[in-house]
Amino acid sequence: MLKTTSVLFFSLIASVAMAQTDLMKELEQADDSTVHYAAATFKGTRIINGHSIETVGKNNMDFIISHRFGAINSGAGNFFGLDESQIRLALEYGLTDRLMVGIGRSSYQKTIDIFVKYRLLRQSSGLRNVPVSVTLFASDAHNASTSTPDLPFYTITQRQTYTFQALVARKFNEKLSLQLTPTVMHRNLAEKPLDANNVYALGMGGRYKLTKRTSFNAEYWYTPKRIGNTTQRDPQYTNTLSLGFDIETGGHVFQLHLTNSRGMIEKQFLGQTTGKWSNGDIFYGFNVARTFSFDKSKKRSNSNGY
Amino acid sequence: MDIKLFRLAFLLMASQLLAICASGQIYMTKTGQTSFFSETPLENISAVNQHVAVLLNSANGEIAVRMQHRAFSFPNKLMQEHYNENYMETEKYPAASFTGKISEPIDYGRDGTYPVSAEGVLDIHGVKQKRVLKGQLVVDHGQCTLDCEFGVRLSDHNIQVPTLVLAKIAESISVKNKFVLTGKKNP
Repeated sequence: MLKTTSVLFFSLIASVAMAQTDLMKELEQADDSTVHYAAATFKGTRIINGHSIETVGKNNMDFIISHRFGAINSGAGNFFGLDESQIRLALEYGLTDRLMVGIGRSSYQKTIDIFVKYRLLRQSSGLRNVPVSVTLFASDAHNASTSTPDLPFYTITQRQTYTFQALVARKFNEKLSLQLTPTVMHRNLAEKPLDANNVYALGMGGRYKLTKRTSFNAEYWYTPKRIGNTTQRDPQYTNTLSLGFDIETGGHVFQLHLTNSRGMIEKQFLGQTTGKWSNGDIFYGFNVARTFSFDKSKKRSNSNGY
Repeated sequence: MDIKLFRLAFLLMASQLLAICASGQIYMTKTGQTSFFSETPLENISAVNQHVAVLLNSANGEIAVRMQHRAFSFPNKLMQEHYNENYMETEKYPAASFTGKISEPIDYGRDGTYPVSAEGVLDIHGVKQKRVLKGQLVVDHGQCTLDCEFGVRLSDHNIQVPTLVLAKIAESISVKNKFVLTGKKNP
């Protein structure tokens, strides 16, 4: 009987308490029932030279202008490298919010590259917990330079270099994001006798936000000297280390950096980097990305340089 | 024995809740709609959130509204990213909310349209502001539709706009709400 009474009593208290439950607390509890996707792991579609997991939004197009000036150690006569530059111009278009295609042209070896990028997995918390974001990347770089005795091309096939990457990134908090990029590259024609056709590399990169609109970025591409008994590249080529800053202003992302690679696509910064930081072969460079929106249904708000 | 007791307790709670419902009921929605507009000669920006959670206690007029900034959808992804990253700092302040009390006595049992005002605290970007928000409440067959429009001054909530884009974002953002609330079944 005592038990029954106590149950009665507690149930009464419970119901009274329920009526007075803080409405806001109840709403806060409902937050866990939604999926929160990590957004803006990186500011741009590049960390520095390599791609980031980010893609351009649906019906948006990015126009990217990239420069790598001459070596800083090339002396005052060359204005410390600013007299010359390698250029890459590129367009990237979002077919969906997860699928992006792009085309670019590098002045180095007159190379045209096309690529496709797909966001396979998005980091999320809440109802669905996914620790990392994964983006898949595939590209073809076409060396369009004239055939020379030093570098003879006999067929179109020989001019192609294919790159495949799985980009895995995690946004640890508001400021820190890190990315690992296992990479396989296949060159139909190895341009130097010691170069292997297949190159295996690992990219490591990250960003640390300094303010709401600026971040410090670093990126290192590690290519083992040998895989098994095969030498991967001619020893004159080095691994690429790049340090830089992202500055975002509305529809623009400015990336300013120092790197020992003058190449801006995988084929070049993985396989053809000659500079060494220790020798002062450092190149100052930038990427400027401008976003254009082609969303017809939202004509009035079609610019986004707000 | 225990199961029986629990059953008894459950029945009792249920009946008590019914009793509460008769005098005052909790109305709620998880799919309320909030949209906002920024109008300047240079650019218009708009976004809509279809997942606003609202609770209204008809017994005392208390109302609570809560929305996730991430749930606002924009005409393009970049705007959405900037909204969350640069302006609202969503990582730090994930939600905006309003808690208050409807001042007018409303007969929720009788269909009709009532002008209402709610006094309470508007919390955006971690800055709490005392506000009186005016709107309209329509009671129709046990369903309440709450419409409300108000302005939010960016400076009131410490939302900083860089000088470079100052001309493209309005100083005061107009916010529109439409919440269709139904009687809550399982409080």
